Amino acid sequence: MKLDTAKILQKRKKQILELWMKNQLVDFSLREDLMSNDELTVQSEELVDVLLQTLSGNNLEDLQASSLEAVHEVLEGISISRAKQGYSPRETGMFVFSLKDALLSILAQEIKNDPVQLLDESLKVSKLIDSLGIITFETFIKGREEVILRQTDEITEISTPVIRVWDGIVAMPIIGTLDSSRTQVVMENLLQEIVDTSSSIAILDISGVPAVDSLVAQHLIKTVSATRLMGAECIISGIRPEIAQTVVHLGIDLSGIVTKASLASALRHAYALLQLEVKKVVAK
Amino acid sequence: MIVLSSDNMRILKELDMVVFRNRLKEFAVKIGMGLVNQTKLITAASELSRNMLRYAGGGTVLIEIVNGPQRQNGVRVTFSDNGPGIPNIEQAMKDGFSTGKSLGLGLPGAKRLVSDFDIKSTVGKGTTITIIKWKNG
Amino acid sequence: MDKIPILKIGHFLMVAIQVDLYDRLALNLEADLVQAVSKTGARGVLIDISAVSIVDSFMGRILGNIAGMSKVLDADTVIVGMQPAVAITLVELGLPLKGVQTALNVEKGMELLQQKLQITGEEESEE
Repeated sequence: MKLDTAKILQKRKKQILELWMKNQLVDFSLREDLMSNDELTVQSEELVDVLLQTLSGNNLEDLQASSLEAVHEVLEGISISRAKQGYSPRETGMFVFSLKDALLSILAQEIKNDPVQLLDESLKVSKLIDSLGIITFETFIKGREEVILRQTDEITEISTPVIRVWDGIVAMPIIGTLDSSRTQVVMENLLQEIVDTSSSIAILDISGVPAVDSLVAQHLIKTVSATRLMGAECIISGIRPEIAQTVVHLGIDLSGIVTKASLASALRHAYALLQLEVKKVVAK
Repeated sequence: MIVLSSDNMRILKELDMVVFRNRLKEFAVKIGMGLVNQTKLITAASELSRNMLRYAGGGTVLIEIVNGPQRQNGVRVTFSDNGPGIPNIEQAMKDGFSTGKSLGLGLPGAKRLVSDFDIKSTVGKGTTITIIKWKNG
Repeated sequence: MDKIPILKIGHFLMVAIQVDLYDRLALNLEADLVQAVSKTGARGVLIDISAVSIVDSFMGRILGNIAGMSKVLDADTVIVGMQPAVAITLVELGLPLKGVQTALNVEKGMELLQQKLQITGEEESEE
């Protein structure tokens, strides 16, 4: 006679939940600071509910079965929320794996007369929980990645301000490394500001760029070319002596670009281009 | 990679290119692609569809919205023709190489504008080019 | 067939491209403009592309051609109003539009053409 593990587990749902809660509460990785025990009970109950409801002989054999999707969904929800709350991967993993202990000990109680069958069914349950564990980790990492992506976006947003220095002159200080995706944001903001203010001169200050290699230089050259295509001139300022050295050592050709040591000298150059003069007022 | 929606078009004359570019823009807007990336994608597609028209007398394009790694959405465009094919792909991918009278920027330029570029060609059978532009790339 | 109107303003010709360009239309524009430069003896050509969202290598070549051909006929060409996204794309494509002058908008483009005319010192009295 074939034993129905799913049925057995469904019958003993209450005990499984009790056992699991007990396991979780004695575990040293319990985080009462992040979640109250009541909340934990609700979360655990939800997972056990949906797991036992969807469990049947079929999907216990086939872990890819679509009937398990409901379980995956609940688990993903729990995992993502834990990632955002600041749980460690270990704590999140223990949450799922401690359920295995509960399921297996109930199973052992129920099938104690037939060791072969017990081993067989235990393996299946074990595999099921392992696959749920993997899903938990995958979603946990996804949750973290989302946090990182959001932060990256925020950093790129706030780190490229365009300053209107004078009528017809805009300046943009770049702080941090210039990679290709950042260059695109820099270019986009700078060019849009040129259009909005109808400025004919843009100053790109790279005092805050830690190093200029040939790739960064290429990005700078691209920005200058794009500015010129729009009909404006672009000056690069804030070239530190070390940068001048590397540029020459690497044999980077910046001859087509107006470069200045400081923002002040770039501004002076811009005034000259616009035929402006800044003078000290002589007191009478 | 999961395909979320798609559209198939034929490009047999110049005006089809205009229709195709507009359709492509709709797809790019639908996934919330930024203006610069949209422009890069459509410019690349414009180059490739012109090549198809000029060297193979036309062909078909397939526009798809795909969901790739890191759950990022993107637009994938596949250009297929039954033209003469490209005998030396390596040479064709070099800047400034052209068998016609163009600037020779079509293929290498298009490649620089997109996130992913794949070309397969058999002489006498035709050419298939697939490009992907991710929403943020 | 669509045609892009060419306006004559003083010594200059002005074209505002407001439609989606397809290749034949661009080629026609090239031919019409060169004809017009020759017929009117214009000293400058202003092309406003602020409404153009795509410039690929073909369009870029046409713009370069117009500038080159006008130069031979002693007229300067200024492209005005290029959108930021178009400029970034052209740079990435590898098409820096050498030999073509650019300006931010029509007003600045006009100023540029006037200056050129004064430098050559051939400006005739305005009518």
